[in-house]
Amino acid sequence: MTPNLYLWLIPVLPLVGASINGLFGKRFSRQTVLAIALGFSGAAFVMALWIAAQFSSLALPHVENLASWIRAGDFQVDFAFYLDQLSLVMLLVVTGVGFLIHIYAVGYMWEEGGFYRFFCYLNLFMFFMLTLVLASNYLLMFVGWEGVGLASYLLVGFWFTKDSAASAGKKAFIVNRIGDFGFLIALFLMIKHFGSLNFAQVFRIVGEMPAETAGAGLLTAIGLLLMVGAAGKSAQLPLYVWLPDAMEGPTPVSALIHAATMVTAGVYMVARSHVVFDRAPQALMVVAIIGTLTALFAATIGVCQTDIKKVLAYSTISQLGYMFMACGVAAYSAGIFHLMTHAFFKGLLFLAAGSVIHAVGGEQDMRKMGGLRHYIPWTFWTMTAATFAIAGFPPFAGFFSKDAILWKAFSSPYGSWVYWAIGVFTAFLTSFYMFRLWFLTFFGEYRGEAAEKHGDEHVQVINSRPAAPAPYEHGHGGIHESPKVMLIPLVILAVLSVCGGWIGADRFDKFLSPTLHAGVSAYSQEDVAVATPAQEPKGQGGSEGLLTGISVLAAASGLFLAWLFYERRPQLPQEIAHALGGFYEAVVHKYYVDEIYAAVFVKPLIDGSTRILWQGVDRDVIDATLDNSAEGAREVSDAMRHMQSGNLRSYAGWIAAGAAVVIAYMVWTGTR
Amino acid sequence: MVPLSYYLVLSGILFACGVTGFLIKRNIITVFMSIELMLNGVNLSFVAFAAQWHALSGQVFVFFVMVVAAAEATVGLAIIIAVYRTRETLNVDRINLLKL
Repeated sequence: MTPNLYLWLIPVLPLVGASINGLFGKRFSRQTVLAIALGFSGAAFVMALWIAAQFSSLALPHVENLASWIRAGDFQVDFAFYLDQLSLVMLLVVTGVGFLIHIYAVGYMWEEGGFYRFFCYLNLFMFFMLTLVLASNYLLMFVGWEGVGLASYLLVGFWFTKDSAASAGKKAFIVNRIGDFGFLIALFLMIKHFGSLNFAQVFRIVGEMPAETAGAGLLTAIGLLLMVGAAGKSAQLPLYVWLPDAMEGPTPVSALIHAATMVTAGVYMVARSHVVFDRAPQALMVVAIIGTLTALFAATIGVCQTDIKKVLAYSTISQLGYMFMACGVAAYSAGIFHLMTHAFFKGLLFLAAGSVIHAVGGEQDMRKMGGLRHYIPWTFWTMTAATFAIAGFPPFAGFFSKDAILWKAFSSPYGSWVYWAIGVFTAFLTSFYMFRLWFLTFFGEYRGEAAEKHGDEHVQVINSRPAAPAPYEHGHGGIHESPKVMLIPLVILAVLSVCGGWIGADRFDKFLSPTLHAGVSAYSQEDVAVATPAQEPKGQGGSEGLLTGISVLAAASGLFLAWLFYERRPQLPQEIAHALGGFYEAVVHKYYVDEIYAAVFVKPLIDGSTRILWQGVDRDVIDATLDNSAEGAREVSDAMRHMQSGNLRSYAGWIAAGAAVVIAYMVWTGTR
Repeated sequence: MVPLSYYLVLSGILFACGVTGFLIKRNIITVFMSIELMLNGVNLSFVAFAAQWHALSGQVFVFFVMVVAAAEATVGLAIIIAVYRTRETLNVDRINLLKL
């Protein structure tokens, strides 16, 4: 008898908050709105903590059935929730970081119009994300998957009167559709071949299948299609293009959705489906290659960005690439570990960047910042912690997770030194662009204009009401530190960014192993769990130390180079950019990927829709059929209407003629 | 005894006169009288057949037709007066408001 944990309450609590704020929030005062929003998301966090507290006494995986949903013959899908070590980690990250970002958003969004709308969407996002994480079958997971996409669309386009924000929202939604299409087909394949979407059943059936080492088969197909879905949601090559544009959303949204939680859903999904991937080495290799290339590709773009949020966006893509690299070498726990630490430090980076933007009055261009460490010391120190964490300096959190990934990339049976080398180079680039951001923002002289136009970035949109008297009063004009309500989440996340990695990758791996390793052999008849730690013969302790040393060295050289370029000799970057010429141009323009997509996919689609579907099919066939038949009816009636002249004698004539015809007919038939 | 065909031919002639008058006359009163002529043509054939077959139903029909004709004349003349008062004409060609 397992205790009832009321798992369904966790996602439903934020939904209640979203409903109340969404339906009635317009009439509420700001204090009421935020009490509801924070209350319900905080309650979800408390419940997650409560579950974590009694976690060790549970029989895992713990499944709770709420209601049945679809029953068609033998096929059955339920509203059921699934708790195991993996979901618990995700649960804590989502509710914890989510709650902190809710608090931060109170300060950040206080003066914005549509305050209630923002928190309604934010709670809605929490609902869908928690559904995604806790679902016990792929279909319910897909519901959450689509739902977070919706919430992301709504929040990216939050300032929808701004054209760029509205189109960024659309772009995020449409690009995600492409990935979701792959995910959906993977689900259809599972229904067709396994007759079920429940995790337990699917994994049991898959567990009995042999690994597809010889050639690609069903499992490889499913794996690849799942990866298409993950690439869309987690912004991997070639579907990453929506994430940088998604920075149009308010900064707390970028932190919550586009850094800490939603974009990691793909990693979670791949780790969750590891039973499939374990038996499809080709699919796994594709995951690793996509992850590695994305990590490198996005990092190079990040080096040349000047918008502080864009740098962080590309950095997010790059870090997600790391997570997929880890999954691709079957080191799922390392991927999830990085997911967790990344949620801490990237969430913090975005929040701190938001605080910086707030401080300088909405300016996002790093070239117009500088010297800010004296003005906003709290933001500076927390951001410093996050920067060191992402760059991979020990003992910060990022060091442990990134190191685990690099080590696994090298030593895992699926790994190779190529992944490792690219990973280390990317780590160097990461360190470089992050310290570039750090130096440009906080050191040197302030290069901006007088920060008087505070609030320019915060476009006043509909529903704006006269600003309520802010309890978090802060001076306007001049560079100023953010209010306390924004700083507290920063400090908490900074502590987590420093200490979050101290669990250690091995202990984390052991914690997750019932889900990620032992689970496999439990489901399978023969032991095909290839990635158990015991089976890692390549490399020994000494080489691990060496590799760690190299990656720390890469991080340190990134720091040194950034210092050299942006602190010591600021004219050097120009000279190098000049020397690189065309390549530099390409990187600045993000390798022209958006332009290429526009030319190859978007333009043909628009042209095809315009010329063939709209002008050809719709206008010339469907509309024309209807218009012409109406026109024909009108012309026939027009001819007929002359019979009805209004002339009495002509009517009489018609009657007489008709009568004559009838009589003639009768006479004719009578005489025959 | 006059043969039945004589009556029928006379009845046909009367009806044809009525139709012709209805079609060619413009004055609405004349048109109205033509209608009466047609009705009486029909009445003649009814009574002729009744006499021929010694059946009373034909004569009963004639009474019905006369009653209906009387009622029609009342209503028709009332309409004619109303039309004359509003349009100040009795020419049917100019009474064409029902035209599309």
